[in-house]
Amino acid sequence: MFALVVRRFFQLLFLLLGISFLVFSSMYIAPGDPAAIIAGPTAAESDIEAIRDNLGLNEPFLAQYGRYLSNAVQGDLGYSYQTKQPVWEAIMIRFPNTLKLAIASMIVAVIIGIIAGLVSALRQNSLWDVSATTFALAGISIPNFWLGAVLILVFAVNLEWLPVGGLSSPWYTLDGVKELILPAITLGTASAAMIARMARSSMLEVIRADYVRTARAKGVKEGSVIWIHTLKNAMIPIITVIGLNFGFLLGGTIITEKVFAINGVGRLMIDAIAARDFPMVQGSVLLVAALFVIVNLAVDIIYTYIDPRISYD
Amino acid sequence: MQEALLEVKNLVTSFRTADGTLQAVKDVSFEVKKGETLCIVGESGCGKSITSLSVIGLLPQNGSIESGEVLLEGKPIQDLSHEEMRRLRGNRISMIFQEPMTALNPVLTIGYQLREPLLLHRNVSKKEATVKAIELLKQVGIPYPEKRLKQYPHELSGGMRQRVMIAIALACHPGLLIADEPTTALDVTIQAQILDLINDLKEELGMGVLMITHDMGVVAEVADRVMVMYAGKKVEEGTVEEVFGNPKHPYTKGLLNSVPNIDDPEFELEAIPGSMPGLNEEISGCRFHPRCQFAMDKCKVLDPPEFIDRNGHTAKCWLHEDEEVKADESNGTVTATV
Repeated sequence: MFALVVRRFFQLLFLLLGISFLVFSSMYIAPGDPAAIIAGPTAAESDIEAIRDNLGLNEPFLAQYGRYLSNAVQGDLGYSYQTKQPVWEAIMIRFPNTLKLAIASMIVAVIIGIIAGLVSALRQNSLWDVSATTFALAGISIPNFWLGAVLILVFAVNLEWLPVGGLSSPWYTLDGVKELILPAITLGTASAAMIARMARSSMLEVIRADYVRTARAKGVKEGSVIWIHTLKNAMIPIITVIGLNFGFLLGGTIITEKVFAINGVGRLMIDAIAARDFPMVQGSVLLVAALFVIVNLAVDIIYTYIDPRISYD
Repeated sequence: MQEALLEVKNLVTSFRTADGTLQAVKDVSFEVKKGETLCIVGESGCGKSITSLSVIGLLPQNGSIESGEVLLEGKPIQDLSHEEMRRLRGNRISMIFQEPMTALNPVLTIGYQLREPLLLHRNVSKKEATVKAIELLKQVGIPYPEKRLKQYPHELSGGMRQRVMIAIALACHPGLLIADEPTTALDVTIQAQILDLINDLKEELGMGVLMITHDMGVVAEVADRVMVMYAGKKVEEGTVEEVFGNPKHPYTKGLLNSVPNIDDPEFELEAIPGSMPGLNEEISGCRFHPRCQFAMDKCKVLDPPEFIDRNGHTAKCWLHEDEEVKADESNGTVTATV
């Protein structure tokens, strides 16, 4: 296990190096001049040039990249071009919102997804199954911005049960929970649908396995047949989907954050890209990539607890 | 006369499929006595496994017992509720399966799987169940039982896993053990060990054993009586000596001729021509007649009944019509000797 973590850590370093290079070069190549954006539309060419000099944008590409890297390994991700705020600080202000939203969405997704998947697998081809698979198809197909808008319209505007948007209260208060409900459902629906589909097919495969028949031949109660003998074996692909979805959600969700006016990493990133705020884009992409790798490492470690045949030594 | 442990009377098991209802087992009757091994033999798809699954109540969802009776120690069990059937399984009827590689749950320890039937059917604590589990593993010849309890199936060899399966099946001292091709997936030396083990435990515990196999070698090794099935029907039944020494049904003869004989250099393997009919194939008369080299005109029209000779050896074949003895002369279809 320790060896796995160490190995993954080094993989992560190389991955981040590659990603930083890709992001850095794509920002360099992309049209649009950050100095001109900072200076504003009426600025004189000499002012823009001065800003360029100041930011080091006139240096050769590799020199710029090298400087960025050497600062980054010392923990300095630079300052935002727009706000002069340290990039790390700016991200850390937004990240808790994204994290809250991701966790809340995954809770919604896992509960709905696994229950729907289980029900449709256990009652294959019944009305339950058909409804659950239809839900899954709809959940994957419905666009977030539409679902979010409809939920706001119904539950916030018309019924006035829940707030329209924002995440201002702490998550452990009733208001905090209320604020999370609509965005979590909006984001969680697609993940729930994916989990449901995976849970259904995985359960259908396992429920026909010889060892499930053995369990029945031993006189095991039907509940234990499902929860102990079947579900644990069916969990591996389900956990994989959960991990992937969680990784994506941690990367911030531009549309849902926008619809619910949530100040998260997704919005930070999209604003930074629009403003050609290189350090901010760079910093948030690196964070998102690192989180994705870490979530998948966690999934790999969870595998070993579910299935004793999996070992990384 | 020994007491009948399991009686199956006129069992018909059918499956609902896209092509309509198909009968996989057609009017099969047999009996297993305490301390006796009955082998059901036949090719793949002849209904032997479905017969055994009907007995233990583990038919696939689309299968059901259409008619007939299954009696365990004289009490009908075919109409018991799911819950009542569950209490019998692993307790009074146990089953071991063909594939030891896949029949044990890969994510649960041997200990968990072995304790499970004890905790379910015997009112014991986990501690008592562990002690009993160690005893069971010793009984089936597994070294270092304490260590095995903490291991997972993938850490054991195929032979060891089948021993564990047997230990699980025997945990609650069932009266009846159903073994569905228990040695097919094992290599020959392990096969012999497992068969010996089943034989020894049968005698030790006075169990009845219903063994499903297509391997005549296995039959010779363990059977007291043999029942041959073909296309969902019983075609011959008798003691192992009778059936091997004096096979009556042409299909049984064919099966025996398709086993290599290393003692006789002149012996030539013979295949039975054709293949077994599908469940939905309508065949008039005897279901074996299209493949039978002795088929007469009568065979094509009339399905033969079971003819019983004076040794209680039955054959469902017109060739043996004249050997039929009246019911009062014989002790019925199930008696081994008169």
